Parts: sequence; structure tokens; C-alpha cells
Amino acid sequence: MSQSTTAPATTAVEVPTIPLGELAPWALFFGLLGALVLFFISADQGAVSLPAGTAIHEWVHDGRHLLGYPCH
Amino acid sequence: MNARAFLIRGLLAGLVAGLATFFVAHQVGEPHVEAAIALEDGGEHTHSHDGAHSHDDGVQISRDTQRTWGLLTGSLAVGVALGGIVALVSASLVGRIGRLLPGQTVALVSLLGFVSVALVPFLKYPATPPGVGSGDTIGDRTALYFGFLAVSVLAAAVTTYAAVRLRDRIGTYGGTVAAVAGYVVVMVVAGHLFGTVNEVRDFPADLLWYFRRASLITLATTWGVLGVVLTGLVSRLFRQQTAEIERRALAASL
Repeated sequence: MSQSTTAPATTAVEVPTIPLGELAPWALFFGLLGALVLFFISADQGAVSLPAGTAIHEWVHDGRHLLGYPCH
Repeated sequence: MNARAFLIRGLLAGLVAGLATFFVAHQVGEPHVEAAIALEDGGEHTHSHDGAHSHDDGVQISRDTQRTWGLLTGSLAVGVALGGIVALVSASLVGRIGRLLPGQTVALVSLLGFVSVALVPFLKYPATPPGVGSGDTIGDRTALYFGFLAVSVLAAAVTTYAAVRLRDRIGTYGGTVAAVAGYVVVMVVAGHLFGTVNEVRDFPADLLWYFRRASLITLATTWGVLGVVLTGLVSRLFRQQTAEIERRALAASL
């Protein structure tokens, strides 16, 4: 990576790994959060309705069509 | 390099991708959405595609709002959510895929994400403009779409894992070819097993194509910008950390 390194150029750069145990809570929480956001944009109301009505569906209507999610 | 560093950069890259998505969707996609709606009901679009329909009981959002603030909301939400997910998936794979550097890992995850989440599902269930698609089948179409999406993402994850394992035995080239071939076979079979949706009827073919092309360009923008920005940010982080480690090593050796 660095230009002034004295190590031979063929030496593989040490790439750190992140322990999966450290990642698990982040992945769980933000995975769920991300899935929830995608659900509200892509499928809520019209297909499935959490809050009754169609306000969310209507609000993100164009995004749903253009991002390729089923709509009518 | 930790989960937090990845997540922050992912959310930032997702925000940039969301803004780019909005801009492209608004400039490239909206003219065709408007044309489809004009064709559908001669101008005024209240989303009740067959006149007085169940949607009339809800809140009415004007077309002006739908194609600006509404589209912006959807674009940003999807961009940031995907950014966070791509960042965390990348974080879990850094240092675990052959000798790929962190930035290269992010680029690979973004590419696989675009192919398995956007492109392949699009090939089977392409986006449809307003006016195409019956309200009666929206439940079935949603189930089919997300079922196919799930198969695609699962197949991509399993074949990527297989590629990493095979690499030790038959090398990078053989492992990659075998994994890509495996993914293609799984998706071709799934494509035949999943039901076909065709509700186009007499909708004009040219407008349908323009809309779908615009939709694909929009999806490519989201994933492309997300991948490019996050790759840049993570590469920079890695460069800084590597330089810091080298500086410390040099200082210790003096």
C-alpha cells in the first residue's frame, strides 16, 4: 500500500478480519432495521398492510414502480 | 477496521446512492411514469386504476408530491438501508475471501448485490409502469417477486461461500467459474419453476420498454453509486490504518 515500504513488493498485505462475534449484534439489529425499511417501501399496503390505509403506499408510489417492486 | 467504521461509511455511501437514485429516477424514469399514467386514465392519477376502487378511502397524495418528495423518500430510505446492509456484509467478509483487500471485498459484495438483488429478479419479474398489473394479483405477484429474490440472494451467498472453499482445492479461476455456473444453473431452474406474470395486455410495447429501461438504469445507479462510494471510503480507511501501523513499526524500530 505504501510507496516507501522496504518489504518486497510480493508480500501480501495483511488484511484484518473483524470477529463475527463483534459483528453479530450490529448485523442483527441493522439487518432487521434494513429489512423493515425495505418492507415499508416495497411491499407495505396494497400487498400487505401494517397501518391500515394507503398513505405510505401512495407516498412512495413512484419509487416503488421505478425500483422494480410489484405494484399496481 | 470494525463494525462501526464500516456501518458509518455504509450509511454515508447509501445516502449518496439514494440522492443519485432520486436524481436519475426523476430525470430518466418520471417522464415514462407520467406517460403511462396519462395513458391509463387520461391525466389525473389518483392510483385507483379502475375508477372508484378501494384506494379511494385512503389519503390522496398528489402526483406532484409523488414524483418529488415521495420519490425522494423512497430513494433515500432504500439507499441508506442497502448501504447499511452492504457495509455489514462486507465487514463480515473482509479478510475472509481469498486475498482480497477491504476495498476489493466491498466492490465484490456490491457487484454480487446488484446481480442477485436487482438484476436477476428484474430479468424474471421486470418492473411494471402504472397501469400494468392488476390490483387483484398484487398479493401473488409480491409473493412471487420476494420468493424469487430470496432464492437469488440465498443462491448467491451459498455459491460465493462455495467459491471461497473451492479456491483452496482447485484455485481461484476454477472456484469462481464453478460458483458462477452453479448460481446460473440454480437461477435458470428457479426461473422455470416460478410462475410467469404477464398482465401487459395492450399496453404499448415502446412505452413499456422505456419504463423498464429507466427502471433498470435507476437500480444500476443505486448499486453502482453505493458500490463505488463505499469502496472508496473503505479503501481510504484501510490505507490510513496501514500507514498508521507502518509508522508505529518504524518508530518502534528506531
